[in-house]
Amino acid sequence: MIRFVARENVPRWLNFVVPLASVVLAMIVAGIMLAATGHNPLTTYQHIVQASLTQPGAFSQTLVSMTPLMFTGLAAAIAFRMRLWNIGGEGQLYWGAIGASGAGLYFHGLPGWLLIPVMMAAGLLAGMLWASIPGFLRAYFNTNEILTTLMLNYVAANVMYYLIFDSTSYWRDLVSPSARVFPQGKNLPANASWPALQIGSLTIPFGLIFAVVLAVLLWGMIRGTRYGFEMRVLADSPAAGKYAGIRTRRKVLSLMAISGGIAGLGGASQVGDFSHVLDPRGLEQAGFGYTGIVVAALARYNPVAVVVTSFFIGMLVNAGFALQGPGFPIGLTGTMEGILLFCVLGAEIFTRHRLEIRLPHARPKTQVPAPPAPVRPVAHGGGMS
Amino acid sequence: MGDYPATAPGQPASPRGGTSAPGQAETAPDDSANVPAIAARGITKRFPGVVANSQVEFEVLPGEIHTLLGENGAGKTTLCNVLTGLYRPDEGYVEVGGEPFRFHSPRDAHQAGIFMVHQHFRLVQPLTVAENVILGWSQQRGMWFSPRRVEREVAEVAEKFQMPIDPGAKIWQLSVGEQQRVEILKALYRGARILILDEPTTVLTSQEVRQLFTTLRGMAAAGTSVVFISHKLPEVLAVSDRVTVLRAGRSVGTRQTADTDARSLAHMMVGRDIVLTRRPSAARNQLGETVLALQDVSATGDLGTPALSGVSLQVRAGEIVGVAGVAGNGQRELAEVIAGERPATSGTVTIAGMPQRGTPWEAIDAGLGYVPEERLGVGVAPGMTIADNLVLKSYREGGPILRAKQGLQTAAELIERFSIVARGPKTIARELSGGNIQRLLLARELSGHPKVLIAASPTRGLDVAATDTVRRLLAQSAGESVGVLLISEDLDEILDLSDRIAVMYRGRVVGVVDRDDADIDRIGLMMAGVGS
Repeated sequence: MIRFVARENVPRWLNFVVPLASVVLAMIVAGIMLAATGHNPLTTYQHIVQASLTQPGAFSQTLVSMTPLMFTGLAAAIAFRMRLWNIGGEGQLYWGAIGASGAGLYFHGLPGWLLIPVMMAAGLLAGMLWASIPGFLRAYFNTNEILTTLMLNYVAANVMYYLIFDSTSYWRDLVSPSARVFPQGKNLPANASWPALQIGSLTIPFGLIFAVVLAVLLWGMIRGTRYGFEMRVLADSPAAGKYAGIRTRRKVLSLMAISGGIAGLGGASQVGDFSHVLDPRGLEQAGFGYTGIVVAALARYNPVAVVVTSFFIGMLVNAGFALQGPGFPIGLTGTMEGILLFCVLGAEIFTRHRLEIRLPHARPKTQVPAPPAPVRPVAHGGGMS
Repeated sequence: MGDYPATAPGQPASPRGGTSAPGQAETAPDDSANVPAIAARGITKRFPGVVANSQVEFEVLPGEIHTLLGENGAGKTTLCNVLTGLYRPDEGYVEVGGEPFRFHSPRDAHQAGIFMVHQHFRLVQPLTVAENVILGWSQQRGMWFSPRRVEREVAEVAEKFQMPIDPGAKIWQLSVGEQQRVEILKALYRGARILILDEPTTVLTSQEVRQLFTTLRGMAAAGTSVVFISHKLPEVLAVSDRVTVLRAGRSVGTRQTADTDARSLAHMMVGRDIVLTRRPSAARNQLGETVLALQDVSATGDLGTPALSGVSLQVRAGEIVGVAGVAGNGQRELAEVIAGERPATSGTVTIAGMPQRGTPWEAIDAGLGYVPEERLGVGVAPGMTIADNLVLKSYREGGPILRAKQGLQTAAELIERFSIVARGPKTIARELSGGNIQRLLLARELSGHPKVLIAASPTRGLDVAATDTVRRLLAQSAGESVGVLLISEDLDEILDLSDRIAVMYRGRVVGVVDRDDADIDRIGLMMAGVGS
């Protein structure tokens, strides 16, 4: 008989060893899958490392891939930490992109040092407002936020498509020749492009630097502020939070807004750092919001760990583009991501529990001398009445 | 405590007791009436910091109603959880039908015919009675089952044991007493040979209690063994054939009901003649102003039924007011309304002169300390550290940044002052024993210098030392001009500590008496809804 027994104390080292071991396990399982589909696992892994780290420009490209994932990962981590299942990072990111691109276009006359903060504020605000809808419903009507945030993702996507494809909105480019062939958004002015830090051949996007600072700030907020303390109490026991006089509804609403705002910043960074245009198709296909949930889960909702896991997933995403080809369907990288997630999350049970294996039909430990009768696990059936 | 030495199967360890069970079925020769249907042999069960059962000997004969009697925390529920395979004993073993029985899961217990009716029912509210009865136990093969056939079968069992119930009714439509019948039906339908009922009468009206006893006698007559858990002596004497008394986790003896009486059972249960360690009453003229006032307060319970109706109560600074009553008569709701956790549908609550609008933060700001009935999970956040739990209410003071160092220092002082046994301020609350969790809770509430303190069942389940600490702290707070509202089912505790006693019955305060001219019999009658 095999069963899991809850540990009374979780040793600290387990928190590091178990995730590491589960990544190794994931690599083995993914290797088996690769071999089964006719790919040499070792060369594939080598390719991944080359395409995401060692090739010229690959490392910078990985940093580009991880930037939006870090925002959505932080957004998910901070909400999930308090057991608010905001899976609306996707839609909140769209709104952030809409807000930031709108601000960039409207205030095109401002100098960059002023325009960039304005764009960030617009993205943050748009994401916050969008997330406040499910936040309000959850706080005051106890509506399931998983459903509302998910559904609002589709609404947000439709709004975004409407602005570029189905209307003559402020965002849509109606003059340039290519836009007459295929609908597209207005390009943002040059002063709306966010600066990047150049170190040798390495390019570090502004959004990435900002996200790392944000991760540290969020970590500090959880650990060292009143707000974070209330979050931790409510995460641990909502009843204790209510008992301690924490205004639960406000907390739910504000945390949803913060989470949405972070995802919205991700959308702003996408516009300001990389695309310089509101691009509905690109954003939707990338699925940053959903991948951010994976990033947060791998980080076990720890904001600082999100920096590491978003880099890891960013590598995989980036390698996926490079590996993709006739012999290597894109689905395989998705499968590898899935195996990784499955192993890491599945292994979590080993930090909280230990495996107990006992042989069946073992004799009971008795203080009294055991009676002669044999041990029977199941007593006589229904011979009575 | 070897009342019953281990014996080989077939040799009775004690004479057959009781005179019920006339129509007992005896099919197999080794199933004779002298072999206990189920027995605990030298059961010891330890929890962190407590020995819940120590060398317990207990046996139930076929067709017998056997009461397990003991005070709160005597180890009755633990023993039953061992008997049903929910807990694994640290020492000793369980015997079923004269042979050692090894549980792998409660399912094995069910297959052996051992069933338990818990205090909290395990029923699926939107399903019907019949559906609940067969849930997880359908004998019908294949994908389909016929609700009508099951309903008919359930109705037959109900009829046989005189349990009026509609098998097609949905659970949420039923009263508590009826829901209990469904639990019993569940066991009977599944062929229960041993049925354990954990304090089944606490939730019932007196009429329902009589009904239950009829059912139990019918079951015993049909050969089922019944284990009845209680601490109410008149019921015990009325329904059981034999009584085994547990005290502080040990079995102190077994008596034939016919050969004993309430007084000697009470003596066995408590282990002493009631010792009076009364707190001297506060002198009238030493009392301060009224710090807690309830005026015509009504509220509804979790099920939407009236739980409090027109309660008026005053507590003055420096006095302890005890609230006595059988559990479930509105005491929990009373505490929750005062603490702002449950809205009052009418009436007013005033704490230290501040009218309350019914939110926890207002009550805390007005100076309310509250020791809730549920300590771990409400009063204490289980996964957080001692230090975090100690600032659970005071963290608001100061700026938006927490002062962690100061918190740890204060925590270390409070751990020392309230003698909380723990490795340090960073110990996780969940790892503490029950007594230390309560010390932690009181340390926080009292260090916040409350004007009013509500203590709900503050000593339930605690060991002697912790109980003593808690009572001492309550008395001490009253001495420091805190107005204390003590809600407890333990009448002795209330009599020992309170200046005045309010008795609750069915959501009403049916009487308030001064402790010094309190008459236990009269309070008992008031608790039972008789006279006031």
